[in-house]
Amino acid sequence: MAAIELDHVTKVYRRHGHSRRYATLKSALLTGSLARDLRPEESFLALKDVSATIRKGVTYGVIGRNGSGKSTLLKLVAGITKPTSGAVRVNGRVSALIELGAGFHPEISGRENVFINGVMLGLSRREITNRFDEIVEFAEMEDFIDAPVKTYSSGMYMRLGFAVAINVDPDILLVDEVLAVGDEGFSLKCLDKFSEFKRRGKTILLVTHGLSMVERFCDEALWIESGQKRLVGDPKRVVQMYLSDVELAEDLLLAAQDAKAQQTPVSAAPEVVAPGPVESVAEPDHVPQPAPEPGAEVDSESETESADEDAQPDNMFVAKEGRWGSGGVRIEQVTLEGDHGPAHVFHTGERMTIRMRVNAPQEVDDFAFGISIFSGDGVCCYGTNTHIEEMTSRWLQGEATVLFVIDQLDLVGGTYKLDVAAHKRDGFSYDYHRLLYTFRVKSRTKDVGIYRPRHAWSFSDNVHFKPDTGDSAEALAGDQALAAIDPSTPAAEDSPTE
Amino acid sequence: MLSNLRQLFRYRALVQTLVVRELKARYRGSVLGYFWSFVNPLLLLLVFSFVFTYIMPRGEDVNIKPYAVFMFCGLLPWTWFSSSLMDAANALIINGNLIKKVMFPAEILPVVSVISNMVHFLFGLPILIGFLLYYSIPLHPTELVWFPVVVSVQFILTLGLAMVLSALTVHFRDIKDLLANLLTLWMFASPIIYPMSFVPEQAKGFMDLNPFAHLAISYQEIFFYEGPFGHWKWLIALAFAGSVLFLLGYWLFDRLRDSFAEEV
Repeated sequence: MAAIELDHVTKVYRRHGHSRRYATLKSALLTGSLARDLRPEESFLALKDVSATIRKGVTYGVIGRNGSGKSTLLKLVAGITKPTSGAVRVNGRVSALIELGAGFHPEISGRENVFINGVMLGLSRREITNRFDEIVEFAEMEDFIDAPVKTYSSGMYMRLGFAVAINVDPDILLVDEVLAVGDEGFSLKCLDKFSEFKRRGKTILLVTHGLSMVERFCDEALWIESGQKRLVGDPKRVVQMYLSDVELAEDLLLAAQDAKAQQTPVSAAPEVVAPGPVESVAEPDHVPQPAPEPGAEVDSESETESADEDAQPDNMFVAKEGRWGSGGVRIEQVTLEGDHGPAHVFHTGERMTIRMRVNAPQEVDDFAFGISIFSGDGVCCYGTNTHIEEMTSRWLQGEATVLFVIDQLDLVGGTYKLDVAAHKRDGFSYDYHRLLYTFRVKSRTKDVGIYRPRHAWSFSDNVHFKPDTGDSAEALAGDQALAAIDPSTPAAEDSPTE
Repeated sequence: MLSNLRQLFRYRALVQTLVVRELKARYRGSVLGYFWSFVNPLLLLLVFSFVFTYIMPRGEDVNIKPYAVFMFCGLLPWTWFSSSLMDAANALIINGNLIKKVMFPAEILPVVSVISNMVHFLFGLPILIGFLLYYSIPLHPTELVWFPVVVSVQFILTLGLAMVLSALTVHFRDIKDLLANLLTLWMFASPIIYPMSFVPEQAKGFMDLNPFAHLAISYQEIFFYEGPFGHWKWLIALAFAGSVLFLLGYWLFDRLRDSFAEEV
């Protein structure tokens, strides 16, 4: 039997223009868009034709990005708002853990507020009296229950609100991201309470960003994306799909950022750069000087240029993004490639190729290519160049391709930035791209540091682990973990989700 | 709409709880506490009688003997009326988190505004009785029978207006500011600080259209003036008008209900 039924539910929020019109009146007059702005209202489609059936006793997770319509869905089920079209059918008493302690009055005591809140949530006074001690004990508020609520910390406030709401004893519990309540101990208590609900055959509708919660607790999961149903089914599968989709979006975002970062300095640098730079002034420890304010773009370029950084590790720590160089050899394009073409998101241990398209208008004989990888907080993880690696340049002219292949990207999860450079053997820059390229490394293992050496654990016979516990098993063998992840990526692409 | 109205009755426990909350919270932290419910109207009365007996002593001309008592008869219900409307206009916005985040019957909020102010009104009555005893003005049981009727009529009328105002303020915040000034005007346009005999003949018809005028006169007849209660025809007419207004107000409220969660 269905506890909650959504039947082609569409919700349109109308934005009445009051405040907006105020804010834009001046600009409206200036740009002459007054007529358009005075249109009575704008509408925002929060949910579009969503149907779902949630059977009784099922724990149902709803995931999706911010603004995808999750909370709207919850509000519709709670009866706080009504669908614009379609129908929402709910069978049973509902308690919504959406806003904890909504309706607490700050001036009066916790005790009185418990009663008021309970009545608001549909309990009778006698029911509250019977459960009062349990509520207070659950909230761990014995000492403060008679103090006015305004003196409570936000954690206390939430705990009391949670304790009241959970004690309403509903048939259907709606939960919206409330497990961030209180400390570790309290969170565990909340989880226990949820499990108890589950055991008693109650229906739980859970909206959360905590994907592991969904995987662990839910019997079914729904993924909504900009108001539309994307996928519904087994929570593990849905979460997996969702994750790979998030990665895809991240990739696009990083690509866009890179494109932006490269555009700004590229236009400025060649004109600013003077052809005869003062060479070998590279002072390894003049940190404050060449790290100027980001506002002074043009100045900083010429300044750093005259200081003439290159791929020498000492100067690497002056991490400031930008591009400079004489232009004798130009790096025209840099792409990061994974196994399936251009990418910005990699998994630990994957192959990564840095592809540079370079161009030397005139023949040069003194040149070197370098790359270095920086972690998000500016630590140089690795840097090298062809000169260091004892490759002696002979000549270069016209368009060329340089590939730097990292067979196994053994970095821990995080965001990394990349320097690429073409320079003379003595360090004089032809074209230096500092921190202009970003990539992200994903890892299922929460190991720490920068570098993950290939490793394996082995134990004598009297050491035993549980055979199949997700996280630690993956930590044991990075390769296996990757193998487990990899198939999901192509799967995400060819899944016709609607 | 009718089923919703019935629901309103079902929520009486909630209304009661919220009224108690309102009253408790109101004076929490003040030294005099509940005593303020008495002191407030008393101070208001002192201010008004000071102004109108010493600064602008026109009351003497027309032989309204204890002017303070006369004025109190109108001022006390007026305070109930005007504070209810002011509170109701803010009610939905102040309690926005209830409407947005919890399944909560919004119509309860204006009801709570009216009832909690009615409690203050009732607290003020002993002061009125005290004055009546002090000036040994006789109270007639036959007239006192009408008192609950007047209170009920005022209740339904105020509630009707409160419904309209609370629903509309959500969409037009300007009402809050407009209302404060409008109420001041309304007070001076009602026979509260002056008797009906002051009203010029050509304005009498206008006065008949003012619902609060009839309420004020009714209170004055019951507590102040000698002789039997003569305003009952108007009062019954007002009872009908008030009921219609309430139904209309509730209808409007019901129509706008779905927009509250989004607009508050």
